[in-house]
Amino acid sequence: MTARYGAWLALAAVLLVALPLVHRDPYHLHIMVLILIWSFAYTSWSMMGRFGLTSLGHGGFMGVGAYVTALLWNHLGVSPWLGIPIALVCAGALALVVAYPCFRFRITGHYFALVTLALSGIVLQVITASRDYTGGSLGYTPEAATGSKLLALQSSDKTVWYFGALAVWVAGLLIWFLVDRSMMRHAMEAISEDEDAAAAAGVNVTAEKLKITVLSALMTALAGAVYCQYQMFISPDTVSGIAVSLQMVFAAVVGGLYVALGPTVGAVITILLAEVLRVGFGTKAVGWDNLIYGVLLVAFIIFLPKGILGSLLERVRVRR
Amino acid sequence: MLVVDNLIKRFGGFTAVNNVSFKVDQGEIVGLIGPNGSGKSTIFNMLSGTFAPSQGSIRFEGHELSGLAPHTIINRGIGRTFQIPRPFRRLSIFDNVELAGYYGQNRHSRAKASDAAKRALGLVGLPTDRHASVDGLGAAGLKKLELAKALATGPKLLLADESLGGLDEKEMDQAANMLRKIRDELGITIIWVEHIMGVLMRVVDRVMVLDHGEKISEGLPGVVASDPRVIEVYLGTDAQATQAAAAERRR
Repeated sequence: MTARYGAWLALAAVLLVALPLVHRDPYHLHIMVLILIWSFAYTSWSMMGRFGLTSLGHGGFMGVGAYVTALLWNHLGVSPWLGIPIALVCAGALALVVAYPCFRFRITGHYFALVTLALSGIVLQVITASRDYTGGSLGYTPEAATGSKLLALQSSDKTVWYFGALAVWVAGLLIWFLVDRSMMRHAMEAISEDEDAAAAAGVNVTAEKLKITVLSALMTALAGAVYCQYQMFISPDTVSGIAVSLQMVFAAVVGGLYVALGPTVGAVITILLAEVLRVGFGTKAVGWDNLIYGVLLVAFIIFLPKGILGSLLERVRVRR
Repeated sequence: MLVVDNLIKRFGGFTAVNNVSFKVDQGEIVGLIGPNGSGKSTIFNMLSGTFAPSQGSIRFEGHELSGLAPHTIINRGIGRTFQIPRPFRRLSIFDNVELAGYYGQNRHSRAKASDAAKRALGLVGLPTDRHASVDGLGAAGLKKLELAKALATGPKLLLADESLGGLDEKEMDQAANMLRKIRDELGITIIWVEHIMGVLMRVVDRVMVLDHGEKISEGLPGVVASDPRVIEVYLGTDAQATQAAAAERRR
């Protein structure tokens, strides 16, 4: 790491930390919090997406993270501090149950994407069908804390949430860098190119793929839980289901899924796009964002497969 | 070191390998030859764990191997190369070999893997620079990389699927001498699969000939090369060249 790189990093850190203290507009802070939480979710998806493990089931993991946390709190009074770890364990177990047979029987590429697509659908159906507990498609609200707000992991202060979301996002980037510098990345790159050759180099292909998948699922579930605690309202359409899964793919591809900050760039673009449409056109533009996502996704995969940030960084590197 | 007993592999109704038995002793270079489709690669794939045998046993240093996963077999000390090189193009040359050094030696440590990579690259004659890209390598270079990857896993037995087809005369000789050097200097036992017999016959201690999944001949190169059955089923027009090579070796 060069000194100049370090200086930029320090500057970015100062700006990010100072922002809510200087600029106190609650709407802008709200957008920032959303961007940070979704950036973390998209980063989580890219943890495995960058290695050719295209999951269309991450909406499922996010839904488990959000709903398990909220259900434990409302029905059993379990604090999210304990509820979130339980939700993560559930998401991790779900990832194992779905991914192990896939990897063991070498279901890869399109077929893997289809299996995970089914996962998205199943989680959505389970939430909708058990409406007596989950509120079904009308959504679900964690009950407001009567005692300690800290214990309930609730706060109405946007600044508090901004720092919380910032911490989670930074943690996501750190995990990205840790994986990026580990032998695990090399093993996964090798696996994504040629599983047999990777096995001949001594790599336990099934185990390595499972590790990255479970890690990705755990992170995504955490994103769901944090989103739930922040918004205090979740519905199957906003935290689970196929639409959320596709949104993750879209944002990661647009930002650039092979670079650390790519998914973050993707989050900035998708959320600003959705907000501009919502504010600009109101109810006349319902669903437009999805249409634009779809068109852009096709365009990006064909013309800019490394995404915006990925392609930019490549240009800069070539010029040097 | 390696004892193979009554090995059989069927794919549906087709028997690719039929009742093959052989032994390989420590420090030998054994050639495995046969025409295309004779079952050489299938035997290799069973030895390296890619296929499980339909029947029979493979014992390595006294332990049964059949049915184990490829990565487990690598960690027991059997390295392999592929007939067509299969480099990881998204990794640098060094990272390719380091990966094999790390996972092939049961993930001991990255420093150890890095050392193993440097040694293997040095031995085969590839740059040990960390960033050199695979894309710069030609056919001979890719074969060297394939070999370096196998060596970095720290094998006691090397399964070399060395089709020298794409190489010129000089490169073939280099590749053959390389295998001999690996045996002489590192003490690694080698099974060498090849269908061009000339070069192989100069290097191996012993040769086995397969045809239609069965072992039809085995012994010293000179003896096998003049075995009428071998000449009949396999050598054809190549016979004279092979016998000449074997004669040269005897001299």
